[in-house]
Amino acid sequence: MTDVVTRPTRTLGALLTATRGNGRLHWTDVFTYIYLVLGVALMFGPVVWLVLSSFKTQAGLQEFPPTLLPLGQISVEVEGYDEPLPLFEVTFEDGTVKQMAQVRRVGIMAQMVDPDNPEERIQVSINDREPIREMSIAWENYTKPLETFNFLTYLNNSVIVTAAATLITLLINSMAAYGLAIYEFRGRNAVMLFVIGTLMIPITIILVPTYLVVTQLGMVNTLWAVIIPGCATPTGVFLLRQYMLTIPRDLIEAARMDKASEWQIYWRIVLPLSLPAIAVLAIFSVMWRWNDFLWPLIVLNRSEVYTLQIGLNAFQGELNVQWHFVLAMTVVALIPVTVVFAFLQRFITTGIASSGMK
Amino acid sequence: MTEIQLNQVKKAYGDVEVIHGIDLHVHSGQFVVFVGPSGCGKSTLLRIIAGLEQVTGGEVMIDGDVVNAVPASERGLAMVFQSYALYPHMTVYKNMAFGLENSNMPRAEIENRVQEAAKLLQIDPYLQRRPKALSGGQRQRVAIGRAIVRDPKAFLFDEPLSNLDAELRVAMRKELAALHAKLGGTMIYVTHDQVEAMTLANTIVVLNAGRVEQAGSPLELYNTPRNTFVAGFIGSPRMNLMEAVAEADDDGGIVLHAGSQRIALPAIDGVKAGDSVTFGIRPEHMDIVDEGEADISAPVDLTEQLGGETYLFCTPEGLPQITVHQLGQFPVGRGEMVHLRFRREVLHLFGADGQVIANGLGADGGAAG
Repeated sequence: MTDVVTRPTRTLGALLTATRGNGRLHWTDVFTYIYLVLGVALMFGPVVWLVLSSFKTQAGLQEFPPTLLPLGQISVEVEGYDEPLPLFEVTFEDGTVKQMAQVRRVGIMAQMVDPDNPEERIQVSINDREPIREMSIAWENYTKPLETFNFLTYLNNSVIVTAAATLITLLINSMAAYGLAIYEFRGRNAVMLFVIGTLMIPITIILVPTYLVVTQLGMVNTLWAVIIPGCATPTGVFLLRQYMLTIPRDLIEAARMDKASEWQIYWRIVLPLSLPAIAVLAIFSVMWRWNDFLWPLIVLNRSEVYTLQIGLNAFQGELNVQWHFVLAMTVVALIPVTVVFAFLQRFITTGIASSGMK
Repeated sequence: MTEIQLNQVKKAYGDVEVIHGIDLHVHSGQFVVFVGPSGCGKSTLLRIIAGLEQVTGGEVMIDGDVVNAVPASERGLAMVFQSYALYPHMTVYKNMAFGLENSNMPRAEIENRVQEAAKLLQIDPYLQRRPKALSGGQRQRVAIGRAIVRDPKAFLFDEPLSNLDAELRVAMRKELAALHAKLGGTMIYVTHDQVEAMTLANTIVVLNAGRVEQAGSPLELYNTPRNTFVAGFIGSPRMNLMEAVAEADDDGGIVLHAGSQRIALPAIDGVKAGDSVTFGIRPEHMDIVDEGEADISAPVDLTEQLGGETYLFCTPEGLPQITVHQLGQFPVGRGEMVHLRFRREVLHLFGADGQVIANGLGADGGAAG
């Protein structure tokens, strides 16, 4: 798309310290930076927290107050105890400091033992002890679900659903948009209005009828049950149609004069020129399908057809939630969408502006 | 070689009729120019011939076959658009090859034709470029090339030069004329620029408000306009048109009263005393003479000295401003009186309805032409 792109030769450092002009810090610069930093924190903060937390141990996650970095408390094996005991640094009344393991905690008092002398228990106020931490990255959050759960199957299913659904969505939505944008016929706007109107129907209302249709077609517990029902999106048709309306009519007519069939006009002229809008819809579609939860949950009941989102739900038991696994697998689930976005966003350029017209 | 014929072609958008029954015969190998003011229907007429618009009445015939129901893609015509309409996502080569690929031509043949057309139009160095990397003139050539490679029955041009700057337009105009001489195909060309029409056409069709005002060769239209519209439209600068009332003269002729001016003319068939008429005289058909021989006298408002020629703009008493063309340099000051004599043999006289009464008055007094 972009043959001749003149990029400003600006380094990242210069970009981050840019000011309104002549190098001095105007009050609007200060305001802008505060505003932007706040925005970054608001948008990016949860993602950073998610990624950092996904490396925490189960104990580290439940710790209060929470820590930002994946710090884990060191535990030691103590003779006479089955479980490893957490290690604390205890400050005694006489000012001496000693490393001790905690046996149990009762109210504000903790029973501690010296790992070198496990026989003797000492009562210590919890205010007098500090947990000893070290940086401990819990890779097992990632490795364990990959081994024990059918993670690869879920991933595979999700990829198939997302890829197939996105391709079908792009194809049929762009065809509908082509019809509604390029042809002029009586009732064109009424049809468009009707398409847009379906946006007002909440998914909860059509959930049951759609389920019945899918059941009748025998698609329950197949991936097609997830792929097909959501392919015709009013948003997609609207988005593409509005973009196609901006394609100069002369181009279509020139193609007609060039003996192009309607399919060739669609496939070789209109579709390539709509690439920016198609990229946007592709990103949307990938996000919708990858993150889709409710509909797959309804139509997919066997674990071999689970998508990743449904699979993640399996970590959430009735009584306890394995947050460390949920967080780690959420990070894994985020990666494909991020990659797709990074790849497609360069197509979202102002397409027609750089055209061969005039 | 292709003939195109229009029989009583009508076009209406809803209740608004924009083309009111046009009859036209474009002979094989002719270069026909549709000219007229904007909104006169010339582009619509071209699009009707192309098949991009449907007629609401009458018939379009190509080589004797009625093509009203034949879609644009099957009429075998090629069109060059005002905006060039190059496909922005394709290289110049692909742009030119697109039409050939659609008719399933073998690759080698496509390659041959594109290369040949590119050489003819001198765009072969740019074949691998995208349209946006080309200048206006180069895009124009590509658009023409795209039409040429198809070897169409006829070429249709929709104001193809209007987006070029003045200098390039003159150059492209010459090239188009040369191209027509070389290719010899039937061409229909739409423009609002009467200079383009005069220089390019075998036949000019002057359109106004959805009707053909006159069709004929450029000089025919220049010399013998059928009505005041054609008289005013063809020729640059415009013909001076003045309203007058005819009165009988003592010696059998007539006198035109225009404002406070009196112009004595020999007797003319169709003009009686008391008729209101419009007379027209082109700027280049007036001579500056002594006061005694003059038809009218007027003070000069403005002069345009172009070196090789001079234009005087004068306002005779009671008449609109008239333009006078003089060859060479003619030093005259603002406000100075000039005395003008109209050459009788190129004086045009139109009736109250705008239709011509006489194009040129013979020395013997009768109407000539």
